[in-house]
Amino acid sequence: MAYANATRERLRGEIAAIREAGLFKEERFIHAPQGAEIDVEFPAGAAVQPVINLCANNYLGLSSHPEVLAAAHAGLDRRGYGMSSVRFICGTQDLHRELERALSTFLGVEDTLLFPSCMDANAGVFEALFDEPDVLIADRLVHASIVDGMRLSKAMRDTYKHADMGHLEQKLAEHQDRRTRVIVTDGVFSMDGDIAPLDEIVALAERYDAMVFVDDSHASGFIGATGRGTHEAKGVLGKIDIITTTLGKALGGASGGCVSGHAELVELCRQRARPYLFSNSVPPVIVAAALKVIELVSRTTERRDKLEENARYWRRLLTEAGFDLKAGESPIVPVMLYNAKIAQEMARELFAEGIYVVGFFFPVVPKGQARIRTQLSAAHEKHHLDRAIEAFVKVGDRLGVRGLGREEIAARFGL
Amino acid sequence: MNELQKLVRDYVVREYLEEGDTREIGLDTPLISGGIVDSFSMVSLKRFLEKKCALQIPDAEATPAAFDSVRTIVELVDRLGGKGPVG
Repeated sequence: MAYANATRERLRGEIAAIREAGLFKEERFIHAPQGAEIDVEFPAGAAVQPVINLCANNYLGLSSHPEVLAAAHAGLDRRGYGMSSVRFICGTQDLHRELERALSTFLGVEDTLLFPSCMDANAGVFEALFDEPDVLIADRLVHASIVDGMRLSKAMRDTYKHADMGHLEQKLAEHQDRRTRVIVTDGVFSMDGDIAPLDEIVALAERYDAMVFVDDSHASGFIGATGRGTHEAKGVLGKIDIITTTLGKALGGASGGCVSGHAELVELCRQRARPYLFSNSVPPVIVAAALKVIELVSRTTERRDKLEENARYWRRLLTEAGFDLKAGESPIVPVMLYNAKIAQEMARELFAEGIYVVGFFFPVVPKGQARIRTQLSAAHEKHHLDRAIEAFVKVGDRLGVRGLGREEIAARFGL
Repeated sequence: MNELQKLVRDYVVREYLEEGDTREIGLDTPLISGGIVDSFSMVSLKRFLEKKCALQIPDAEATPAAFDSVRTIVELVDRLGGKGPVG
């Protein structure tokens, strides 16, 4: 072992720099299952405090749903705890095949391949399918895992301004000499909560002979009339070439992700995608529970309808209270504060009032675009949101930000 | 600003600023460290320079530091023997 003092000092210096920049991330310890109300220890060692959770990706409230838990228990009993193998050696059970088929049916695609996470799906898919003669043209706000995955591919990379169809069209025209053009976008953008104009993207793809890739992690299970995702909401079911998504958010919230789409491209991922080839199978307990989740969301739209209603109600409460919101229709509702310090203070004070939210600021979002991102769940009841708005009003008044837009906040507090 | 500097500045404004963004881009405005150009989107700037100035920028030279302002970008193009705007 050679952990030199100089190395230790360098690493300590880098940690100190992160702290000084105000970017140090601290874990909060949750002494409860995931849900609308949780018990949180923060900072470490502090008394455990009950709070309303407005920052989970538990959109459908299925993370601790009794039927999902029962299915997980049954999966554990029938198929064991771990596979001790990657998929292609001795890590594929009948359950994996069943879940891949269920996801394909749910998403309306030919085939699906499970990955340990959607981060892994995104890390593997581009390298497996595209090479030097191809070009990947991504929306500038796509998730970090897509950026990383695109970097791993030898394909040429380009970007277009967020949801700017004119700019995308220009890029598609510029790249007509490439073998394959792939438009890369999130379905719902995680920081802004807006929905990609997939109908327009598909029309451009048809006009300029391009494929369409969508990461629907913040949409699968609840966006669209029956929760199939952004492609359903925008009327382009069956017209997306590659969908990646996660089981780690609405669809049970444990872990696991997938690549779904045309049979050949899924098969090529099975043969080549490194995170699939070189990491363990999704454990049977998660696969069994995810099958139950797909059954639940296919059986009724009750939970996604309640989520939609909660999001509408929460947006109305915030708007009436004078907060500045990013427009949108998803259950991601960003409360815009623009100033990074104010966003951090607001999140801290809301926590003291029993409301768990997180402030986001540069480099996670552009400079001068700091915000508190709130996320709704079907597990929320109206009384949770009524209590949350009381706290927002109280803290908003204390900080003097209620009723202020970007210009006023900039003038009063700077950006 | 000389002709090449103006060309780079105009491209940055057109390619990276959103509609309604009125920020002025000067010779020394920090582009990458200032959050105007992210390192991923830098690729299109590199391609633009290669095409406009008839040169190849090796990946090792296309660093965030070298691309951080109009001034450093044009210095890089000069150092690599770029022809100035062509075509």
